Amino acid sequence: MNTDGIIIRIEGVTRRYASKLALDNVSLSIPQGIVLGLVGANGAGKTTLIKHILGLLRAQTGSVRVLGEDPVKNPVAVLSRLGYLSEDRDLPPWMSVSELLRYSRAFRVDWDDAYAEELRHKFQLQGSSLVRNLSKGELAKAGLIVALAHKPDLLVLDEPSSGLDPIVRREMLEAVVRSVAEQGRTVLFSSHLLDEIVRVSDQVAMMAHGRILVHGPLNEVLESHRRMVIRINSRKTKPSEFPGALSVSGGPDEWTVICNGNRNDFVACLHKMGGEVLEESEATFDEIFHARVNQASGPVERNR
Amino acid sequence: MDIRLSTSDGVPVYRQIANQVKYLVASGRLQPGQELPAIRTLAETLVINPNTVIHAYAELEKDGVVVRRHGSGTYIAETALSQPAKTAAESLTPKIDSLLADSMHLNLDLNDLLRILLERHAILKSSKKE
Repeated sequence: MNTDGIIIRIEGVTRRYASKLALDNVSLSIPQGIVLGLVGANGAGKTTLIKHILGLLRAQTGSVRVLGEDPVKNPVAVLSRLGYLSEDRDLPPWMSVSELLRYSRAFRVDWDDAYAEELRHKFQLQGSSLVRNLSKGELAKAGLIVALAHKPDLLVLDEPSSGLDPIVRREMLEAVVRSVAEQGRTVLFSSHLLDEIVRVSDQVAMMAHGRILVHGPLNEVLESHRRMVIRINSRKTKPSEFPGALSVSGGPDEWTVICNGNRNDFVACLHKMGGEVLEESEATFDEIFHARVNQASGPVERNR
Repeated sequence: MDIRLSTSDGVPVYRQIANQVKYLVASGRLQPGQELPAIRTLAETLVINPNTVIHAYAELEKDGVVVRRHGSGTYIAETALSQPAKTAAESLTPKIDSLLADSMHLNLDLNDLLRILLERHAILKSSKKE
């Protein structure tokens, strides 16, 4: 495969459904061996983006390369080396778990029986249980075995823990963490549970309105944003206009500002306007996400 | 090794691990020469990306708190306790901050707090001697 170490390369992809812009000139590259956490509210465009990666949608503009191939023109080359777990699982209800595994194995050259069995035991799934009788958690686990047992180079998980209880979520996450430890696997993990994203991601991409707002190493994203509680008389100035301010809440005198960029520029500007810093701390991933989405949605002070 | 993560905290996970290991060393719960959990083991226990554990151990190695032996594992350095006072003090900052915040709520001023600290220190010291 000729990927130059880039497992997913998306360049300038736009997708329009009737009048709705589902993807707005999206570019995203994911290097090999990285867990990329894709975050966004419902309707942000995450699933549409994933459908392009799986080759289920053809790019209207721009290009998509997965494992060095075009997934629409060459689906076999891509799908044989990719594992996928969708939010709605879609497994055949009439099969038993054992039949499901035998059936999935038929499509996968590199299927590893021992590994599939190991996962089935770990997840405490009965081979004889019918898919239609599985609980939500068991369905998700069966889906994860099918996605993992051929040891894919790329694992795509679209909201894997949606609707699951905390115990099953943890088991699923543990399996993902174990699978990441296996050499070279690249994982695209979409979730709206920010806790999961912070646990498992090397890199994060935040999406809203079909656009990628931020993409970078998780640690850098966390370390480049700050939460400042400031005091300033707002009749004279708007804190939202300070350098690096992403979102502003509170007032009329005390404000909480999530900002990025040079902290000293922000403080210098604040002092010049006669304000002071009351409290300064790291912004949480949650705060950063909301600040970014808020900013992308319109005027930053709309919460006032 | 007792590590507790908070993902609703703005502090990157690798730094939370590094800070807590430093704290466990400073408080004597991790002794020089003691082995830290293997990278995969800790990643699975904490349910985090193994790369994050690698990152945390690399930070600790850089700060002289641990040594890594090839093909063997990661150990608390013999010199871990003599790490620069600044790094040691930094690992206590979150605890000190929350202590200061609590005492403010309780209307204790800094002198009260210092008096209590000295009292506790004297008690711990005398109980250690026995």
